[in-house]
Amino acid sequence: MKMRYTQGKFLITEKKAIAKGIFDVTVQCPEVAKIAEPGQFVHAAAAGFSLRRPISVCEIDRTAGTLRIVFEVRGKGTERLSECNRGEVMDLIAPLGRGFKLLEPDKKAICIGGGIGTPPMLAAAQHYGANATVISGFRSASAVILQEDFAACGAKTLLCTDDGTQGKKGRVTDLLDECLARENPDIIYACGPEVMLKAVAERAMARDVFCQVSLEQRMGCGVGACLVCACKIRRGGEEYYAHVCQDGPVFDCREVRFDG
Amino acid sequence: MADLRVKIAGVEFKNPVIPASGAFGYGREYERFYPLSKLGGIAVKGTTLHRKDGNPPPRIAETPAGMLNSVGLQNGGLEKFLKFELPNLLTKDTRIIANIAGATAEECAELAARLDTTAVDMLELNISCPNVKQGGAAFGTSCQSAAEVTKRVRAVTSKPLMVKLSPNVTSITEIAAAVEAEGADALSLINTLLGMRIDIRTRRPILKNNVGGLSGPAVFPIAVRMVWQVANAVKIPVVGMGGISTAEDAIEMMMAGASAVQVGAAIFQNPYAPLEIIEGMARWCDENAVALISDITGTVQPW
Ligand SMILES: Cc1cc2nc3c(=O)[nH]c(=O)nc-3n(C[C@H](O)[C@H](O)[C@H](O)COP(=O)(O)OP(=O)(O)OC[C@H]3O[C@@H](n4cnc5c(N)ncnc54)[C@H](O)[C@@H]3O)c2cc1C
Ligand SMILES: Cc1cc2nc3c(=O)[nH]c(=O)nc-3n(C[C@H](O)[C@H](O)[C@H](O)COP(=O)(O)O)c2cc1C
Ligand code: FES
Repeated sequence: MKMRYTQGKFLITEKKAIAKGIFDVTVQCPEVAKIAEPGQFVHAAAAGFSLRRPISVCEIDRTAGTLRIVFEVRGKGTERLSECNRGEVMDLIAPLGRGFKLLEPDKKAICIGGGIGTPPMLAAAQHYGANATVISGFRSASAVILQEDFAACGAKTLLCTDDGTQGKKGRVTDLLDECLARENPDIIYACGPEVMLKAVAERAMARDVFCQVSLEQRMGCGVGACLVCACKIRRGGEEYYAHVCQDGPVFDCREVRFDG
Repeated sequence: MADLRVKIAGVEFKNPVIPASGAFGYGREYERFYPLSKLGGIAVKGTTLHRKDGNPPPRIAETPAGMLNSVGLQNGGLEKFLKFELPNLLTKDTRIIANIAGATAEECAELAARLDTTAVDMLELNISCPNVKQGGAAFGTSCQSAAEVTKRVRAVTSKPLMVKLSPNVTSITEIAAAVEAEGADALSLINTLLGMRIDIRTRRPILKNNVGGLSGPAVFPIAVRMVWQVANAVKIPVVGMGGISTAEDAIEMMMAGASAVQVGAAIFQNPYAPLEIIEGMARWCDENAVALISDITGTVQPW
């Protein structure tokens, strides 16, 4: 697959805080929006920082020519990014990486997001509409995001929080177990903390359901040249370091060595 | 329009700007942004005799005005380079510098011998990688081992031989002189400076390798100083690198004594950095009535 990313300074057409420390930004970038796929990411420059920040594509609007990204302020770089306002530009290299494998929209998909791993699930869920079940888990009610967006695309939403302040008290894997007891999906997508991905992968493999996980790793170039974003993969009977930015961020869960 | 051509060890480069080894892969990823023919040359990712998997992640940590890396020379090995990368690179109408690294002097010599019969324009012998346990910087930190490995490689290649020096030494000029004495045609410096970052919440180093090589603007003044010292200590040309991100940096590095420059970490922030540096240098020459960029090499007038 040939990557067709570009670098540019794109106008921010919308920006809002959607939860404490979580920002929802829409940028005008018709060329990128035209080719971007769910699960891909953008590499955003934060003024004054030597490294760009990778952020997943949350929603792609090809008609409007916009991309939407949702990110949490985790440190100084994302804090700087959160200070970019509507009318200003964001310097992005995009779209990057390999996104989700999308089946025909009439197939049944389960999309699982843990915390700030939830945003990339929106673009995937939109593809399946009413055939998508979105399971999301957050620390607490104050961190819950994107539930209306999932509902708006027709997806069924299942929600849980660690402290039970919204949705069910518990973990996404509890909801997944309930879901799997009722129906057999054609595909599962997951993004979130590694322990969650591992637990989801175990369940998918036990039932022989195709499952893709979106991984995170610290990045340099974002395009596959510097080799810093290594993740251990097992493919063709061989274990080796693949690279999240180029070979991923989305991987077949059977290939990922979670402890590697 | 100024003449940007430079000649190093008999090899002519159309301009003095070369992406540094490890920052640019084999060029494929940056061809999406611009034709590689615009570059003076490409120093390709370090190649070892056999495939190398590299160090466990995380392999990168951000630092003020720079970054640490601990990639550990991940690469597909010489065979793969010869079969899949070199033929493609040779069609790009730019100079190709093969960067080689070995665990032993014998390995370095074997790499050089095998590349001797290919069309690469120049060899860059890396005796300065801080991220591998064997070879790497171990060669580059003593005059004796640096001289020995240079001698072995010199004996088996007629290619222009550039030796890449480590800044993690007490006296870089002594190493430079030792390498020159064994027949190196050029020197490149600096490789990364060994550094460390710790996550104070977990009390763990950010890099899984604990330590890694520092590069980016933070190291620039050190690189300028070392290039200046080395250029004054040897007769062979010096290719300067370390923290260059603008045309002004590149010009400063050349005034310190570099005949050409390499650009690494800056490319991560700005993929167009090499091109912008080339354009900026051309503009600067025109504005300052410099007809030949090579005329500025070593023109700093020290107090
Ligand atoms: C493919 C991919 C998609 C992502 N998508 C999203 C998203 O949609 N929304 C969101 O909020 N976050 C996302 N992240 C995580 C986000 O990149 C980090 O939270 C962010 O880089 C932290 O930067 P900082 O300056 O706030 O933190 P610092 O800790 O100050 O950053 C220091 C350095 O470490 C890197 N770093 C720190 N944490 C991470 C991490 N978890 N992953 C990768 N690099 C990290 C930074 O990029 C920077 O180079 C994604 C990460 C990847 C790899
Ligand atoms: C991610 C990364 C990988 C590198 N890999 C190599 C390598 O394989 N061989 C080598 O000689 N130098 C390698 N280097 C060092 C650079 O070529 C260069 O000497 C150094 O980064 C200083 O330049 P800069 O500050 O412009 O990055 C690497 C540097 C980085 C950042
Ligand atoms: S970030 Fe450079 S290879 Fe992935």
